[in-house]
Amino acid sequence: MRLGVLFSGGKDSTLALHKAVEKEEVVCLITVVSENKESYMFHTPNIDVTALQAEALGLPLIKKLTEGKSEEELTDLEEAIAQAVKRFKIEGVVTGAVESVYQAARIQQICNRLDLWCFNPLWKREQKALLEEIVTKGFKAVISGVFAYPLDKRWLGKQIDEDLIKKLVALSKEYGLSPSGEGGEIETTVLDAPLFRKKIEVLDYKVEARGNSGVFRIRQARLTEK
Amino acid sequence: MILVVDMNSKKNSFGLSEFVLPIVSIAEELEKCVVKHYLEVNEKDLNGYDKIILSGSALKNTVTLDQTGQFTWIEGCGKPILGICAGMQTAGLVFGAHLEKCREIGMTEVVTMKANLLFSSRFKVYSLHNYAIAPSDEFEVLAKSAKCVQAIKHKQKDIYGVLFHPEVRNKEVVQRFIHAF
Repeated sequence: MRLGVLFSGGKDSTLALHKAVEKEEVVCLITVVSENKESYMFHTPNIDVTALQAEALGLPLIKKLTEGKSEEELTDLEEAIAQAVKRFKIEGVVTGAVESVYQAARIQQICNRLDLWCFNPLWKREQKALLEEIVTKGFKAVISGVFAYPLDKRWLGKQIDEDLIKKLVALSKEYGLSPSGEGGEIETTVLDAPLFRKKIEVLDYKVEARGNSGVFRIRQARLTEK
Repeated sequence: MILVVDMNSKKNSFGLSEFVLPIVSIAEELEKCVVKHYLEVNEKDLNGYDKIILSGSALKNTVTLDQTGQFTWIEGCGKPILGICAGMQTAGLVFGAHLEKCREIGMTEVVTMKANLLFSSRFKVYSLHNYAIAPSDEFEVLAKSAKCVQAIKHKQKDIYGVLFHPEVRNKEVVQRFIHAF
């Protein structure tokens, strides 16, 4: 089955992509770039890096800009998926949804309207296990956004590894954070993963943070040999 | 021991991780589970199980609705059964229910119609279906949404069906089924 992966460049959609290629044929990535930093649907920091990630993966990328108004961004997503049907003849869509019923239901509705299969290979996975799988699989995923107390700029740019998982799990117990950022507490950017033919090297970045909200913004990056 | 039946069209499909394993992770907190694809289940193998859960499946996967012949064991096995979404639809069809078009995707309000072991009052559930069933007279309706029948129970047997996906936001429904039998 020919599939398109809804791809934000973060750990969940990249892991979903890796699961998808184990079972079916992934023919394109679909990214919606939201101008709204508070978007309910779309992961936002470093979304521009998706073009480099797609190149590293050797997959075509359909990129659609949205203003990020709550229901309009869904229309934009539907248009992007419809474009993937037309250009790449996809028969289904894969998402990295884990817990968000809001996100999952809306993508299911779009797929249903377009008569597409909708697959959520990470759905309801235990969050610590998900983080551990990312590390075990050899992902280089860095924290590119923090949006909740007590996280702050010190976390930005840090790579997810065993030590960081321990810290996130400890915070989840103390403060009720979702350890893998399911509540939007954390966003990540994947710089390398097993399916990447080349890795992403960050040449220039800026940390923009205030209190418990901040982003690790990649200003310049390139692909380098692995 | 609980038998969890994978109702997706293919064995080891994406549907296994999305619709079957979340049920297993809830159930295994209470009892051991074995997962079998529906094409691998036959009546002779059922003796080792105390109860059976029929999973849901992807929205576009309606294959079990056309293969009710594979599920005749539901009628005579004598085991408590909980059918979830495609599992409820399929179990209902085995007993002569009629399939009806009814689309609900997302959080849906459900109202309890009859006191039962699994839930009570008014509650919200995650729905993911294009079809509902009008059950045969052998079943009683336990719950409804504004659009369709959301839960049923066989009048004589311990066969339950829920159209919603309890593994998403109502895991207590699965836990109560396991505790009850």
